[in-house]
Amino acid sequence: MIEAKNVNFYYGDFHALKNINMKMERNTVTAFIGPSGCGKSTFLRLFNRMNDLIEGTRLTGECLIDGQNIYDKSVSVVELRKQVGMVFQKPNPFPKSIFENVAYGLRVNGMKNKKEIEEIVERSLRQAALWDEVKDKLKKSAFDLSGGQQQRLCIARALAVSPTVLLMDEPASALDPISTSKIEDLIYALKKEYTIVIVTHNMQQASRVSDNTGFFMLGELVEFSETKKMFLNPDKEQTQNYITGRFG
Amino acid sequence: MEQSKENEFSLQLKASGYRLRTRMTQQVAFWTIRLLGFVVVGILVWIQGFIIVNGAGVLSWDFLTQAPTEGMTSGGIFPAIVGTLCLVVGSMVFAFPLGVMAGIYMNEYTKDHWTVRLIRVVTNNLSGIPSIVFGLFGMALFVNTLGFGDSIIAGSLTLGLLVLPIVIRTTEEALKAVPDSYRSGSVALGASKLQTIFRVILPSAFPNIITGLILAIGRVSGETAPILFTAVAYFLPKLPTSIFDQVMALPYHLYVIATSGTDIEASRPIAYGTALVLIIIVLAMNLLASFIRKRVSRKQR
Repeated sequence: MIEAKNVNFYYGDFHALKNINMKMERNTVTAFIGPSGCGKSTFLRLFNRMNDLIEGTRLTGECLIDGQNIYDKSVSVVELRKQVGMVFQKPNPFPKSIFENVAYGLRVNGMKNKKEIEEIVERSLRQAALWDEVKDKLKKSAFDLSGGQQQRLCIARALAVSPTVLLMDEPASALDPISTSKIEDLIYALKKEYTIVIVTHNMQQASRVSDNTGFFMLGELVEFSETKKMFLNPDKEQTQNYITGRFG
Repeated sequence: MEQSKENEFSLQLKASGYRLRTRMTQQVAFWTIRLLGFVVVGILVWIQGFIIVNGAGVLSWDFLTQAPTEGMTSGGIFPAIVGTLCLVVGSMVFAFPLGVMAGIYMNEYTKDHWTVRLIRVVTNNLSGIPSIVFGLFGMALFVNTLGFGDSIIAGSLTLGLLVLPIVIRTTEEALKAVPDSYRSGSVALGASKLQTIFRVILPSAFPNIITGLILAIGRVSGETAPILFTAVAYFLPKLPTSIFDQVMALPYHLYVIATSGTDIEASRPIAYGTALVLIIIVLAMNLLASFIRKRVSRKQR
């Protein structure tokens, strides 16, 4: 279970997230929607501490995963990021072979057994619905794949280290509709084993893939509820306006 | 009525008056610039052609593999080639790891910190120091204070200092060209910073770093002043056996037989041959560098 308690986040003087409270259950898909610059990506990146890489940022409040504050001094960022995988907006495979891309996370975590690595690579590629397309060219460069395949490769890469949570930052925004629907099917299938949080600009996508939706605006969580309710009968007028496209 | 309407819409395609003059100016400027461009090429071709024409005659297998004989008026330049290779390898062993580490530190560890700005200012200044000053510094520090004497190691360290700025800067540029998405992608998989640097960033920056290395080699193999007081001998009948031995080197050998040999007139063809060999080595290095760069940019596209 993922939980945010009174989270405030600052880029220098800029107050990017304002007192956010949220609970996300295991094996659910949660979507974050909202206009650009509303803080949804920033909020997502709190949960694998990717914001740590940006200088001059500050966090107050607590981010908990299974009751443990991930910003506690005793928490190892490296261990955290193994547990909380991430898929980025633009497919970002490494300039390595398809096989080595997926094996990367295993190798940096000290796995040496060749057979074990091969097994996990195959399993991850199958999970990401990419295996049949690449099984005969695992040694080829990842750059030879199409954008949609690259993104699924990045998903396989994230799955290989066996995370419990998968963060996706607009994973389909750079892809064509067919690749997008493949990614969406994938998200739906992965829900059984992973807790997924996805940031998206695509309203239909949020309604298609998610169980719960959070609507962010100007650093605030305006509304957070079941996706069905959110899209049919939102509590706030702002949400209604955004969803129906009256602004944003 | 109809006639005038037609005129209204007809295009003025012939230049006249002011337009004509602008076009003339344009032409004059264009040809001047083109001419100046050719002058530059011409100078280069002239120098190189001069050396090739005069030096090609003495090039032979014996010239490359024999020691100088008869007071350096005949024979080959083998010891000088060996000496230059020793100095190149020695200086790279010193400058390459140091420069690459510095580059990594500057780009991966402390972006925009005052220490980085300091290193950048210092390296820029370092590259502006005349090479003879490096030579004198090398003599004072490596030859005298550290007691290496005139030796391969003293010369290599001095040359290494000279090219350190090149290695640092090309490393930094190479690392800058690595997309940040590689870094965040790697870190998000639970890789440490060091793992990210060694497994993802360096491999993809490596070809560009190698380009810097090769340019540095080209520079090192042609320098005379830094080794003048630190490594080279006027004439040595034997090859070096340790890094504390003196060596002959191509640029200095050239200087010697052209200005203070036993019989300058007699050794003139050998001087041209030496110059040619030196130029071929540097040219080959530069071609190799641009070849690698082209191959890589094609691969990454």
